Amino acid sequence: MKARGLVPLIVFAVMVGFLFVGLKLDPREVPSPLIDKPAPAFSLPRLDAPDAKLSPADLRGQVWLFNVWASWCVSCRQEHPLLVEFSRTHEVPIYGLNYKDDVGAATDWLTRWGNPYTASVVDADGRVGIDYGVYGVPETYLIDKQGTIRYKQIGPLTPAVIETKILPMVRELNG
Amino acid sequence: MIPEIGHLALIIALCLALVQATIPMIGAARGNAVWCAAARPLALGQLTFVVLAFWCLTHAFVTNDFSVLYVADHSNSQLPLQYRIAGVWGGHEGSLLLWVTMLCGWTAAVALFSRNLPQEMAARVLAVMGLISVGFLSFMLFTSDPFDRLIPGAVEGQDLNPLLQDPGLVIHPPMLYMGYVGFSVAFAFAIAALISGRLDATWARWSRPWTVAAWSVLTCGIALGSWWSYYELGWGGWWFWDPVENASFMPWLVGTALIHSLAVTEKRGGFKNWTVLLAIFAFSLSLLGTFLVRSGVLTSVHAFATDPRRGIFILVFLAVVIGSSLTLYAWRAPKVGLGGRFSLLSRESLLLTNNVLLVAAAGSVLLGTLYPLLLDALKLGKISVGPPYFNSVFIPLMVPAVFLMGVGPYARWKKAELPDLAKRLKWALVSGIVAAAVLPFLMGTWKPLVALGMLLAVWVVVAGGMGLVARLKATPGGFFGLPRSYLGMQIAHAGVAVAIVGITMVTTYQEERDVRMGVGETAEVGGYTFRFDGVHGVQGPNYQSSMGDVTVLKDGLAQRVLHPEKRVYTVQTNPMTEAAIQSNGIRDLYVSLGEPLGGGAWSVRIYFKPFVSWIWGGAAIMALGGLTTLADPRYRLVLGRRFRPRPVRRKGAEEPAR
Amino acid sequence: MRGPSRPVSAPRAGMILALTALLALAAPALAKEAASLAQEPALEARMMAMATELRCLVCQNQTLADSHADLAKDLREEIREMMKKGMTDDEIRAYLVDRYGDFVLYRPPWKTTTALLWAGPALLVVVGGVVLAASLRRRRREPLEDDAPLTDEERDRLQRILEEEGKVPPP
Repeated sequence: MKARGLVPLIVFAVMVGFLFVGLKLDPREVPSPLIDKPAPAFSLPRLDAPDAKLSPADLRGQVWLFNVWASWCVSCRQEHPLLVEFSRTHEVPIYGLNYKDDVGAATDWLTRWGNPYTASVVDADGRVGIDYGVYGVPETYLIDKQGTIRYKQIGPLTPAVIETKILPMVRELNG
Repeated sequence: MIPEIGHLALIIALCLALVQATIPMIGAARGNAVWCAAARPLALGQLTFVVLAFWCLTHAFVTNDFSVLYVADHSNSQLPLQYRIAGVWGGHEGSLLLWVTMLCGWTAAVALFSRNLPQEMAARVLAVMGLISVGFLSFMLFTSDPFDRLIPGAVEGQDLNPLLQDPGLVIHPPMLYMGYVGFSVAFAFAIAALISGRLDATWARWSRPWTVAAWSVLTCGIALGSWWSYYELGWGGWWFWDPVENASFMPWLVGTALIHSLAVTEKRGGFKNWTVLLAIFAFSLSLLGTFLVRSGVLTSVHAFATDPRRGIFILVFLAVVIGSSLTLYAWRAPKVGLGGRFSLLSRESLLLTNNVLLVAAAGSVLLGTLYPLLLDALKLGKISVGPPYFNSVFIPLMVPAVFLMGVGPYARWKKAELPDLAKRLKWALVSGIVAAAVLPFLMGTWKPLVALGMLLAVWVVVAGGMGLVARLKATPGGFFGLPRSYLGMQIAHAGVAVAIVGITMVTTYQEERDVRMGVGETAEVGGYTFRFDGVHGVQGPNYQSSMGDVTVLKDGLAQRVLHPEKRVYTVQTNPMTEAAIQSNGIRDLYVSLGEPLGGGAWSVRIYFKPFVSWIWGGAAIMALGGLTTLADPRYRLVLGRRFRPRPVRRKGAEEPAR
Repeated sequence: MRGPSRPVSAPRAGMILALTALLALAAPALAKEAASLAQEPALEARMMAMATELRCLVCQNQTLADSHADLAKDLREEIREMMKKGMTDDEIRAYLVDRYGDFVLYRPPWKTTTALLWAGPALLVVVGGVVLAASLRRRRREPLEDDAPLTDEERDRLQRILEEEGKVPPP
């Protein structure tokens, strides 16, 4: 009889345990189902040379970062200096996906704040973004030599993330 | 100066609450009458100071004191007066103050109307409520002080969120909180009963009116919330199974189960353990709701701005209060007697089946609400649980419960005979089936959901009506001779039927059209013609509005002009839609402006919503039923008349004075 | 010679009036019917029906159908195009889940991880029913204190009370 009376308490304790853990989680973060899957193909015009096209196939054989950005994006301004600095270390080439932006505004933005990208491609209508599961800008993907997505950063990059996640993975993937 | 007084008042209230939580409890354990009696003045004192704090905050809002951070965040000098007052509870800190004010209000009510309760019982009840006060007042003072100053003071406030600048804000949160918090009384009674070991039919009789009162008010609060989102959000939805909505609905479901379970315990003395557990559950769900809404653990349109520190505080409080109540339950409950015996088919068993269904429904809503969190915590992925899940799960649970609503009042206590029940209910069943087959055609096509809704609604109404008529015939004094609790039950059940009609009709037969309307163009929706007559600018007190003129015609005759608006508020410049709704009781015409499309044309969304107001009408009827029950004289014991046992008369003696 | 200010003759005026009257009467019939906002209403209805069960990823708990966010508009357009291409509802949902995960579905999919979610409610009812039935059966087996017979003293008291209430004639 007494043991049965403890059932509500036990169930409650389990629930509270989960709620405690829940306090540390972000319910709005959407983890990417594309991790360890091939990077979706695209063929988009380059920002600097609209007649030239770039696709992930062109980048096989190297580890690269794919950063989704836009001139209208406030948080991108936040991570941009970090990206520029990181690009100077030449640890890993950074390619940009200019998401739903105006070419003129985007070019001006890069001129003004610095260009960390080996090249940027223009995704005017956001279709490629949808293919990559982009839902908020900025987002960054780490893609390996075989063209598989290995990591996705949701939101701006921080020095901590670069140090603890990106750099070790880049080095590991480069061998 | 005034905000500081408010802050001080909260501190004093906390001190009083601390004393109220401890002294009477010790007094009850030791049999110290003075300490027990201290509970009442302490409760009233606490109420005084909390009301003073509330007044101070309201004063800050009304006088536009932007040196108070909370006022600067949620108000503006151009905000109309009623929203400056309602804005007091428009944000997290202020709504907590509202919570505590409601709690003190209920505590004071219990203190004033409990003269007939044995003193230790009253002392314990008030002590438990004081403990809850301590929790919330500390939460406010340590993490969410509405009186925090902003130095230097802001010149102008950030304005109240335009979505909240609406009469709905004036009434919905106060009603909702009154209901939510009201379950603390049932909880306190349950705890007091567990501590004292006095878990009997009398305890149930004391608890029941408080529970019914809280339930009635909560019903209104939830209905108001639903109605408010219907007309405010612009897409005609009235329930989304959003975590915050669920947070108020779960206590309601358990509260309904509790009312029915209290009926069994009161009448037959049975199932006291279960009733006590339900009382604990109901309030626990209220507290859980408070946590979910303010901790950031779940995403919701209605959630308050969050801070992990606050989340931890509430969670610890929750864990302590509920954890200790459930421990107390595990320790004390088995000692309590079993109560009257009853057979497998009896009113008791039917009421308990109702309980199983309602609690399973509440459990399902809880499961669905917390499941994404569960999976995320276990690193098993991220999912969303939304209306498709809740609807698929909730309806099958409620259908048998509503069916039983028709049977229950006919079943005898202790033992009911199936053939007898079947005989008395067959007409109700037949009417239900006929209604299900025929009535949907009145709206056009026959659809199964509506048929089901009609079947259940007519079943409940006819069964209830026939029972009412039979009882009227047997009661001298006619209508006014009927016990009010019986009338209340009939009214509340009828309210459920009305709500079911509304829900099934609007879900099945609503029509919606998204059209591009140039000036003079028309659209046909739901048998009405809507003609767009252009948009003109209107200046509001703190917004600029584009007001549309849409003429409604039926059979070529213009009936009225509706004015949907697109407003841009001066401070928070996101555009806001104000839908134009015309209701005639059996259908709503709902028009909402979209975007200007150039050349004077606008995108307009037009809805035809049949019977949607029956949803809230049904809820209002349910609440009315609850309030009718409260007027029952046998609960007037609660209102202070001394309960004196009738003296045993000796042979030949005079009738003693009563 | 005709001049612009030549007065209108009576028969002509009558004809103009008659025509105007006729036009006025016909005006409601001539009032322009507003066009649906959508290009293809049937497709739109299908898309919206699906969108009400999909989640807007950038909103605070809103469906894809109701959201005004840019990403929501893009996704709705994407769904329209997929429907035009002839993809089935399941294929479209799979497309979205491939990119955004199960989070985008408001109706949780049937999986091992969601088994408890979908089976939970039924389980609750069954467990509740079993507990109820078991406790009812337990009651029937155990004798209750209430069922103990009255003592002689209690019997006398009862007799006295009933006599005084007039419910039982005095012996």
